[in-house]
Amino acid sequence: MKPIYINSIGSVSAQKTYNNREFLTDVVSYFDTEIRVIDPDYKQFIPPAAARRMAKGIKMSTVSSQIAMTEAGLENVDAIIVGTGLGCIGDSEKFVSAIIDNNEQFLTPTRFIQSSHNTVAGQIALGIGCKGHNFTFVHSSISFESALMDSKMMLENNEAENILVGGVDELVSHHIDTHKLIGHIKKEPVATKDLLQSGTKGMIMGEGASFFVLSNKKLPSCYAELVAISTYNTLSKESLIAKVKSFLEESKTLPETIDLVILGNNGDIEFDHYYDTLRNDLFKDTPQAYYKHLCGEFDTASGFAFWLANKILKTQTVPEAVQLNQKSKPTTGTVLLYNQYRGENHSLTLLRRC
Amino acid sequence: MSELKQELKEKIIEQLNLEDISVDEIANDDPLFGQGLGLDSIDALELIVMLDKDYGIKLADPKEGRKIFESINTMAAYITANRTT
Repeated sequence: MKPIYINSIGSVSAQKTYNNREFLTDVVSYFDTEIRVIDPDYKQFIPPAAARRMAKGIKMSTVSSQIAMTEAGLENVDAIIVGTGLGCIGDSEKFVSAIIDNNEQFLTPTRFIQSSHNTVAGQIALGIGCKGHNFTFVHSSISFESALMDSKMMLENNEAENILVGGVDELVSHHIDTHKLIGHIKKEPVATKDLLQSGTKGMIMGEGASFFVLSNKKLPSCYAELVAISTYNTLSKESLIAKVKSFLEESKTLPETIDLVILGNNGDIEFDHYYDTLRNDLFKDTPQAYYKHLCGEFDTASGFAFWLANKILKTQTVPEAVQLNQKSKPTTGTVLLYNQYRGENHSLTLLRRC
Repeated sequence: MSELKQELKEKIIEQLNLEDISVDEIANDDPLFGQGLGLDSIDALELIVMLDKDYGIKLADPKEGRKIFESINTMAAYITANRTT
């Protein structure tokens, strides 16, 4: 297989990640049940006339994709592929609310235009004038990974040279209310630094956008190589270790050669045991990291993990704030990411230093 | 009439998300489209819906909008003459 390079990154999250020259130097802590992104100065990236119709998810994505495109030194790409769990849910909610409130009358175009999932990929394409493949994957907590897989296959088959791929989800009030109602958000606020010790059900909900330029040629800005990615809609805890081993075997990688495993623990005592299975067995001697205390849980939170892995591989630094155990290695050459949400939609992603 | 003009400015700013513009910055005779506020065709649709919803005015011919939406003055005059609510 041809190597796939991650040539640039861009992220807007609940941390100050929009500046690629920094790497979690000033970690922001929260005490809440949901956490929002730290907004960059959107006016620096988006003309006011365009920004006024953009939902938050579009603004976050536009900024992070611009950061990635600039870092890669590209003005255009062959394809734009986005993963999102709920798209522009904020405008979807407003549009549906207007239908109900106004008895199906007086519906205005702006909210409707932005109420579809593929608005983000479309707006980015309009912004840079990209007329190539434009695709949006909507698949719960493997939405971002689905977008990554499509990108990887396109690059391997020479259907594209440079692809802008990303994941985005926004946090809005009705969505928070419904998740609280069904008990998926923690009932009591938690200090994010103590997330894994909360001992309670549910998550701290978050939002964010992370974008990357993937190419089949290595650019000077290159962060890492995307070696393999796999998703599983259902996976029992008992079969997890065997699945990880077989995933690594396909890439001719032994578990003991993994230098860092990044896990998607979200502090939910009902489902974090999946991660414990790997932490206490297959990777008990491997350096471990986690990240959802920094960005919150959302369908494309694994995009933040992908950003984190790329930064670690390029800078060869594992920030203290993400370290999950006391293990360390002198260099980080291979990183494995594992994520799942409420026991479903598992993903494994393997990255290598380049 | 001046109250209506003030109300229209507030509604336009709110409904069209003109975050960087204040009521004081919109003169009554400023063109709303093109060189003035820079509104576009999607905004025109929003304004047509606003006339219907808030003032009970249905524009049978959208082309009428070109004259009605020239400025705050023309909007206020049309609404005063045709409002049903």
